[in-house]
Amino acid sequence: MPRAWVYGDHISTDDIIAGRYLAKHDWTEWGKHAMENIDPDFSKRVKPGDVIIAGKNFGCGSSREQAPIALKAAGVSAVVAESFARIFYRNAINQGLPVLTSPGIKNEFQNGDEVEINMSEGWIKNLRTNKVLKVQPLPNFVLEILKEGGLINYLKKTLKK
Amino acid sequence: MTITEKILAKAAGKKEVTPGEIIDAKVDFAMMHDLTGPLTVESFEKIGVKKVWDPSRIVITFDHQTPASSIDAAKNHILLREFANKHKIVHFYDMFEGICHQVLPEKGFALPGKVVIGADSHTVTYGALGCFATGVGSTDMAAILATGRLWFKVPESIKIIARGVLKPPVMSKDLILHIIGDFGMDGATYQAVEFTGECISKMSIDGRLTLCNMVVEMGAKNGIIEPDAKTLQWLKGRAKEKFEIIKSDADAEYKTTKEYDANKLEPQVACPHSVDNIKSVREVEGEEIDQAFIGTCTNGRLEDLKIAAKILKGKKVSKKVRLIVVPASAEVYREALDSGILKILVNAGALVESPGCGACMGCHIGVLGPGEVSISASNRNFKGRQGSPDSKVYLASPATVAASAITGKITDPRDFYA
Repeated sequence: MPRAWVYGDHISTDDIIAGRYLAKHDWTEWGKHAMENIDPDFSKRVKPGDVIIAGKNFGCGSSREQAPIALKAAGVSAVVAESFARIFYRNAINQGLPVLTSPGIKNEFQNGDEVEINMSEGWIKNLRTNKVLKVQPLPNFVLEILKEGGLINYLKKTLKK
Repeated sequence: MTITEKILAKAAGKKEVTPGEIIDAKVDFAMMHDLTGPLTVESFEKIGVKKVWDPSRIVITFDHQTPASSIDAAKNHILLREFANKHKIVHFYDMFEGICHQVLPEKGFALPGKVVIGADSHTVTYGALGCFATGVGSTDMAAILATGRLWFKVPESIKIIARGVLKPPVMSKDLILHIIGDFGMDGATYQAVEFTGECISKMSIDGRLTLCNMVVEMGAKNGIIEPDAKTLQWLKGRAKEKFEIIKSDADAEYKTTKEYDANKLEPQVACPHSVDNIKSVREVEGEEIDQAFIGTCTNGRLEDLKIAAKILKGKKVSKKVRLIVVPASAEVYREALDSGILKILVNAGALVESPGCGACMGCHIGVLGPGEVSISASNRNFKGRQGSPDSKVYLASPATVAASAITGKITDPRDFYA
């Protein structure tokens, strides 16, 4: 079962992937340095499918798309936050990383809690507390992009038509 | 409708748009640079389109790591040069011109009424000249390269009325830091921030660019200022094509309206590690620094170097401090050279580097080591932004940075400004 990694408010793209790693164009390498500025052990301990739970304004700062790429490459399957910064939000969807908004979510989880998410029904469950929280529904075209694994696959499909 | 709504309506081919509406907008100019470009090219090639939508509407600049600071940086430059060559990109600025957010206004791409999108968050800068400008990631940029269009949600607008006049050495940087402190880091998320009032009318274009540059630090989608006579004067001889002046309607609707009094404003500083952790310089005076940095898309313009020179003239930078000065563009560099500004700065002990992003983001020059403290005229002070996660960054105006470089401690520039 996926586990929760809980962070606070205003997690910036510098926190998610530091500027010093951007020049080397290597997705695996970005994954190895995910969250390093604020949680140096993250990439060693995160397991495929794990979920990030955070407060408000997740992904604020630069437009670097290396941020959602680094999270995906590290194994993160979704980010659920109280709110998102707009460029990160678009970048995550474009990279096929689900970004879900749920007010108050930060206080409902502790590090390591097991998580279950149902995107189509719009809820997230904490298996330790058995509490189910609503996530805001995503627009249909966003769900379509996520279903295709990101904007590129989606465009390939739609441009063919 | 507001100026932002009117520009977006025009770009979407509609008579009217309302906040919250999703539109498909035509992009006038698109920009990418050496750090977001390679990923854009990768995404563009994955889409599988053979040609870019319009080689004359794509601008490529090198600025983040120029001249190359590593083999990886050099490889990124090579990759983008090849892309520019292959697709016959008309406006390709190799590393000789400077920071995208100074180069695009200078070269006349940021024009009233246009939609200018960049693969960089500080693209919001251009709104100072009356266009809709915002930042996107690399895949969105790849979609623009392929189609010339992108979807946007029409933002709600915030109106900020700045009354009074900034009293030098208080600068537009102090005003925007104060506003960010008031709104908070996410206080304007997804929204358009429109600046107006006497203070803005009297403000130079350099100052307006600084103001709009930092709206992204409170989450805004774009910052914008209605074009006026000053805007048109500045654009003379620069504009790349014809443009239409668009202004807000008298009955435009705003989500919030806030007023600020520039007359009362003191020099401001954003303390570690967030840009909304704002105090007056007087409150943190005396904090010792290792590095002082003047430059970037926020404060590397002529006005910024000029005030630094005024403060540093005949003085020496503290021996405990390195002062790094990076003009935002080649044009700024030449003007600062011709007018003697650089001579004053070099004589004071500043290290003047070639145009580019410099020490802003810890991936080129002026990287901070563990425990080091920087005072910086840049825009972000997230943990580890300028180097070691154990370093600290204070954000301030170029005047405050210059005064602090002299004493080696955070210093109110009014003490050095006659």
